[in-house]
Amino acid sequence: MPSNTDSPNGGNVPAIRFDDVEKRFGDTVVLDGLNFTVNKGDRVTLIGPSGSGKTTILRLVMTLEELSGGYIYIDGEPLSHDNVDGKRVELNEKHKNEIRKRIGMVFQQFNLFPNMTVMENIIEAPVHVLGMSKDDAKERARGLLQQVGLADKEDAHPLELSGGQQQRVAIARALAMDPEILLLDEVTSALDPEIVGEVLGILKHVADTTDITMLIVTHEMQFARDVSNRILMFDGGRIVEEGTPEEFFTHPKEQRTRDFLQAVVADPITGALPWQPGPATPTRDGDTL
Amino acid sequence: MNEFWNWDLAFEALPRLLTSFLTVTLLVTVVSTAIAAVLGLVLAILRMSLPKPLAMILKFIIDFIRMTPIVVQLIFAYFAFTNITPLTIGIIIFGIHYATYMAEVYRAGIESVPKGQWEATTALSMSRTRTWVAVIIPQAVRATVPALGNYAISMFKETPFLLMIGVVEMVQAGLIFGGNNFKYIEAITLAGVIFLLASYPTSLLIGRLEKRLAFKH
Repeated sequence: MPSNTDSPNGGNVPAIRFDDVEKRFGDTVVLDGLNFTVNKGDRVTLIGPSGSGKTTILRLVMTLEELSGGYIYIDGEPLSHDNVDGKRVELNEKHKNEIRKRIGMVFQQFNLFPNMTVMENIIEAPVHVLGMSKDDAKERARGLLQQVGLADKEDAHPLELSGGQQQRVAIARALAMDPEILLLDEVTSALDPEIVGEVLGILKHVADTTDITMLIVTHEMQFARDVSNRILMFDGGRIVEEGTPEEFFTHPKEQRTRDFLQAVVADPITGALPWQPGPATPTRDGDTL
Repeated sequence: MNEFWNWDLAFEALPRLLTSFLTVTLLVTVVSTAIAAVLGLVLAILRMSLPKPLAMILKFIIDFIRMTPIVVQLIFAYFAFTNITPLTIGIIIFGIHYATYMAEVYRAGIESVPKGQWEATTALSMSRTRTWVAVIIPQAVRATVPALGNYAISMFKETPFLLMIGVVEMVQAGLIFGGNNFKYIEAITLAGVIFLLASYPTSLLIGRLEKRLAFKH
């Protein structure tokens, strides 16, 4: 776990804090007074049925959506709105951008820039946002490409790559900004099933070798179990249940959670969850393994 | 004497037509297209980034220019700005008039850039300017090349309107030649042929450019 002493406010300031967050799209209330915190170095996975507000939470943290009410704090600093003497004020674009630099995001649809090469995609923000020299940025990018297994693709254009390769470049691009917080928004949902493993393997490696705080939305329950230290189950914009993966997947407390797990991950034939011991597999001589 | 076509006159007219074609028609087309391409992009970006009320005013001005005939604008500017030469007026009016068309094309091009591209620039904390220059414009312009090329060809074919304000472009040169010889058919026919020979290969060129600009797959 990283130390918390480097935060501007000192002490044990959470990486992300949602304070009474509201989000409405027109008349539809997606989040209604949501409170939760993510500690530094935490890997938190949000799960729940679609429309439960998981992705909205990530998008709010990345400032891709405007808050309708409440506050989000990053490292104890207000992200987009602040409470000044009880009045809610919106902060300026410059402030938002300063906070935003600490946050990286990987998208379901990769969102690489098709007009740039892989290398240009990765060094764009380090050079033009962080002010890194081109040579330093390239060197760093090569290291990251190595890490995601695409060292030979730096001059390729994104559309020449497979979906899995594009997503690996997108992960390298997000990591090139050296983010304190990484948001992963259904990063394998647009990939062919046989490609999912390689992308998740890379993310697992990132989780194992860095102390980046991660907020993850995924339907890959095995990945959620392997990577996260906390799971939040959402339904209708509220947290229905939370716990460690161990508690959560093996002893879910809420019926809603049990139903959800049953629906998304259980073996359609035996009804067993993948990490629970399944029915005995018969062997040739009639015994069971 | 009263024959329909006189080859001698045709050969005599040709060099004069070509001279005015190169010095006026082509000059106006190239310079005005460049103005329209740049100004159109500026207008499109302004319309999308200015605050609402200013954007509305800009839209009104663009619509006003788009919805009035270029001949009226040429004649208006000719009498309104008597200190500017007619050729310069022609270049500016054609440039501005077509910029308003191109602004619409660019707008469609910009809107065709997927929302995810904008979101990626936010996620990377890219500045507004860098977002436009490095991500949005390069993608938006590729999609608009064929339309821009076709507008350039339309403009090219509309340059004869310049004769309304006394600019001796190719058709006017043909009319003067015809007037001097009491015979118009040769010069006007040749002018038409020259227009065709210039615009047809250009349209083929645009098609090739379109293919070259497509993203590598």
